[in-house]
Amino acid sequence: MKESTIMKIHYGTALAAVALVAVHVLMRLTMGFAESLEYESVLANYKFIPYAAMLELILILLSIHGFNGLRVILLELKQGRVYEKAVSYGCLAAMFGLIAYGSRTIIMTNMGMV
Amino acid sequence: MAQVSHIADEQASTPVSSSKSITLRIARYNPEHDDSSQFMEFTIPYERWTTVLEAILEVKKHFDHSVAVRYSCRQATCGSCGMMINGKPRLACFTKISELKSDVVTVEPMNNFPIIRDLAVKFERLFDTHHKIKPYLIRDDAELESDEKEFLQSPEEVEQYIQFANCIKCGLCNSACPTMATDSSFVGPQALAQAYRYVADSRDKGKDSRLKIIDESHGIWRCHFAGSCSQVCPKGVDPAMGIQLLRGYLLGFRG
Repeated sequence: MKESTIMKIHYGTALAAVALVAVHVLMRLTMGFAESLEYESVLANYKFIPYAAMLELILILLSIHGFNGLRVILLELKQGRVYEKAVSYGCLAAMFGLIAYGSRTIIMTNMGMV
Repeated sequence: MAQVSHIADEQASTPVSSSKSITLRIARYNPEHDDSSQFMEFTIPYERWTTVLEAILEVKKHFDHSVAVRYSCRQATCGSCGMMINGKPRLACFTKISELKSDVVTVEPMNNFPIIRDLAVKFERLFDTHHKIKPYLIRDDAELESDEKEFLQSPEEVEQYIQFANCIKCGLCNSACPTMATDSSFVGPQALAQAYRYVADSRDKGKDSRLKIIDESHGIWRCHFAGSCSQVCPKGVDPAMGIQLLRGYLLGFRG
């Protein structure tokens, strides 16, 4: 993939994440802070499909943005063909790993496994 | 020949009228023999118009002729005498001692360049990256060989790139760039500013190929916009702005 395409995704995910996190914060303000962190409240959020979908989207956006940022930092720290490939594929794998783990929590909650 | 010798003797014995003097600290380092750089100090008299290069040449003439320094035109045109002067990348021939407002003037080789000896550094990387971005007008061969056609431009079209054409390849921008310090594959502000110089030139047809060259993992996107490249340029070139304008092309904001 061209670096300009990657950076367009990088900037796009940042803007979208800021917008969605703002919605998420506003949603949390509908109840008290301590109350919103209660176990039952968190489970209820995951079971409410539109809200769960938004949380999943935030997870994907932040994972893409964050791991690409990490890739850029690591590429600037050290150079070399093998190192750069390892960094790029490592960050990609970590990104998918984090998305999968976060999605698993939401899916398990909706399937009544929690 | 005798006359030349006489002039040389006269110059060497010219009494110095200045009452002011500075301590000139010169970094000495020979990679073949030394483990690290060491400073040698010299007391040099100066006048209001004395440049740092003249002070270094004074050291070479009267104290230690083995100091390695690269210079040529002495008028900020050739870009040979770039060095760190009191911690900032500057041209030695363009920097007056009086404007430094310090009793101690420290000269070191430029950062982000391999040292050949003392103040002289290798320019291979700068010239390689400069060459890589194709620093020339790209047109069809038939157009270039034709005697009938001139590539006319309006003043507005010239205005788009003219400041970037003032680059003298002195390397001060690359020396000041924080990304150059850590990323050995980064193209660098000098080459990127030159890429913009040709991309913005209405006579050029090589925009796509140049943008392709700089649009890679160690290309234009690694610039952090510290702006130090523009701050140190002795010719008023603004590489940081050129880089941002190039990004505009790559992000689709500019045609």
